[in-house]
Amino acid sequence: MIYFDYQSSKPVDPRVIESMLPYFDKKFGNPSSLHKIGDEATEILDHSRQAVAKFINAKPEEIIFTSGATESNNLALIGFALRNKHKGNHIIISEIEHISLHNIAKYLQKNGFEITRVPVDFYGQIDLDALKDSITDKTILVSINYANNEVGTIQEIAEIGNLCRERGIAFHTDAVAAESQIHINVEDNKIDLMTLSSNDIYGPKGVGVLYIKKGLRLNPIIIGGGQEFGLRSGTENIPGIVGMKTAAEIMEKEMDSEIATLKVYQKKLIQGVLDNIPDSYLNGHPEKRLANNVHFRFDGIEGESLLLALKDKDISVSTGSACSSKTLEPSHTLIALGLVHEEAHGSLQLTMGRFNKPEDIDTLLNLLPGVVKKLRGLSPLYKES
Amino acid sequence: MIYLDYNATAPADPEVIEAMKPYFNELYANPSSIHTPGQKAKQAVEHSRAILAQFLNTRVDEVYFTSGGTEADNLAIKGLAFSRNKRKKIIYSSIEHHAVMNTCKYMAKFGYEVIAVPVDKYGVVDLDFIRDKIDDNTLIVSIMHANNEVGTIEPIKEIAQIAHKYGAVFHTDAVQTVGKLRIDFKESGIDMLSLSGHKFYGPKGVGALIVKKGLRFDPLLHGGHQEKNHRAGTENVPGIVGLAKACELAQKEFPQEEKRLRQLRDKLWREIDSRIPEIQLNGHPETMLANTLNISVKYVEGESLILNLNAAGIYASTGSACSSGSLEPSYVLLAMGIPAEVAHSSLRFSLGRWTGQEDIDKVIEVLPGIVEKLRAMSPLYKK
Repeated sequence: MIYFDYQSSKPVDPRVIESMLPYFDKKFGNPSSLHKIGDEATEILDHSRQAVAKFINAKPEEIIFTSGATESNNLALIGFALRNKHKGNHIIISEIEHISLHNIAKYLQKNGFEITRVPVDFYGQIDLDALKDSITDKTILVSINYANNEVGTIQEIAEIGNLCRERGIAFHTDAVAAESQIHINVEDNKIDLMTLSSNDIYGPKGVGVLYIKKGLRLNPIIIGGGQEFGLRSGTENIPGIVGMKTAAEIMEKEMDSEIATLKVYQKKLIQGVLDNIPDSYLNGHPEKRLANNVHFRFDGIEGESLLLALKDKDISVSTGSACSSKTLEPSHTLIALGLVHEEAHGSLQLTMGRFNKPEDIDTLLNLLPGVVKKLRGLSPLYKES
Repeated sequence: MIYLDYNATAPADPEVIEAMKPYFNELYANPSSIHTPGQKAKQAVEHSRAILAQFLNTRVDEVYFTSGGTEADNLAIKGLAFSRNKRKKIIYSSIEHHAVMNTCKYMAKFGYEVIAVPVDKYGVVDLDFIRDKIDDNTLIVSIMHANNEVGTIEPIKEIAQIAHKYGAVFHTDAVQTVGKLRIDFKESGIDMLSLSGHKFYGPKGVGALIVKKGLRFDPLLHGGHQEKNHRAGTENVPGIVGLAKACELAQKEFPQEEKRLRQLRDKLWREIDSRIPEIQLNGHPETMLANTLNISVKYVEGESLILNLNAAGIYASTGSACSSGSLEPSYVLLAMGIPAEVAHSSLRFSLGRWTGQEDIDKVIEVLPGIVEKLRAMSPLYKK
């Protein structure tokens, strides 16, 4: 099996699994318990918070553990909006946010908030002027992803951060696609709220983080026992949190060498495809893109047929976000980039990761031109130019 | 180590851990992906859902996975309230877990009248009080299946009947009973039921809300289409598989394990009651979880008892782990009419799968000496 869908889900690093295992049945305490087993759990919870804080240059008390990125996005937007609505009811997001953010924005819209969706250019970069222009004196929050989860375009985060800080507006960024590819510094980039996922740095599913800059006030969404500084109730998922800690520590150390390897794969894939497959194009930005991401479109074929043809050859790829793959709608991200429906439907997303080997790239490059040609042969729409 | 705090959390069973392992780095795909590994992950989630459904006698499409019991409680109460707007009364008990109690109280901000039902000295909710307060304006009655601190089991079938008479929804926080008592969702009249994996040897970070088919509720977390649009977020596949395995294991040990724990617990109470003067049992003498023993050791602080037992390698609790951090006496015991000073002297032992005869014997051996020592230092105690 060759796996090119690291953006949808990543295997947990064996070192991460090893670190988690004792916390399932040996050091299994509830941090709220007063005895030694509970104390041990509290201790590792604190250590984990420190490790994740260090990973993004935050303070430990700015790290809230959640059940994943979707929950973090919900807490960031809904929690902030409801707590700060006396200051204004306007929120700005981009057109190419993850589906969870879009749906959260729709929910807030139904509840009396005004949402502006800032457009992006053909490469997927936020139009900063449009962002500036859309700010009103009712704007309380801007939420722009650090890098896009589909085409991998990296945003000018520092500029957006600066702009928001100058205008006294909170800035949230969903950094899930970026966290394995960019050393993130929340302080330097003036980020107020940031979503992280454990799985996206090779940690377990079911764990995430919301970074909340000290001083910012939010309403909790899940209430109860008052864990996580009152912002997220429920017994802490200690094995999962320990897994995220280990994943962050490994990622911090290995990110640079990993990016170097991924860049080689990326270059080879882009060249190999564009040179050997006629009428193929790269979606997204040629340079400002995540090293693990390539995203192509091919005239005259459906991305889904391509996905299924590669599935037969035991290669796993994606046509876009896994979270919206069930719908027949074309990717909202690609449409926002200015692609028409047929172009968006003819797209293929390949995301690579820690466990890909150079041979994986070779195998794909050997197969893909033939697969595309065969599918085009079946298409009444395609005529070679 | 002698761990007697199973109501706070339990270790995951080795079989649960084994079942989860392949889903960390072999079958690790996103269940929403349409490629082969994605479909395998999807199958694992759906197979687990079927196991839960069979275990609790629900329909498969009545099972919604969450990140735990607290999220399930929030989803039930808020989800129901925010999907409707006519009925404006919420009834819960004064001994609910904070997850239910604080969520119900929160709803007061949205114009709901929230009413806490009192309990008797055994911790049983006052059914007449419910009958008196419930009306056609009542949205939900949320009463826990069994209390986490004292173990009292509530008459949920009767409560469900009362609720249904007025068209109200009956929710029960069954975090302390799933895996310990047989639950037949269909037959019990429950409309919504919350459960948590780590209380019955599954992993932490996973739970479920069971919702009777046809009952509409809003999601708490918005985003992708997971859990039939009722709970967004990539499914925690290993956690879900672990939860299902925990259900299978619990199913196998019904009813012998309950009998075994009851014998151990009864022995523990009998022996310490005969050796330590002026102690009392908190909770119902019969209708009580087989694994739970909550006592008050008069003239001694529960916290001192915990710390002294801790030094002897015995890990117990003063009550709910979630409120152990506070200096307030247990609100559950206060609600049962127990005076504050007696509530302060409470000690909870909760037994589980790995509690053996020798563990109980050790407590019986050690506890009287600890109590004697602490009482000797107490200005309140006179022999």
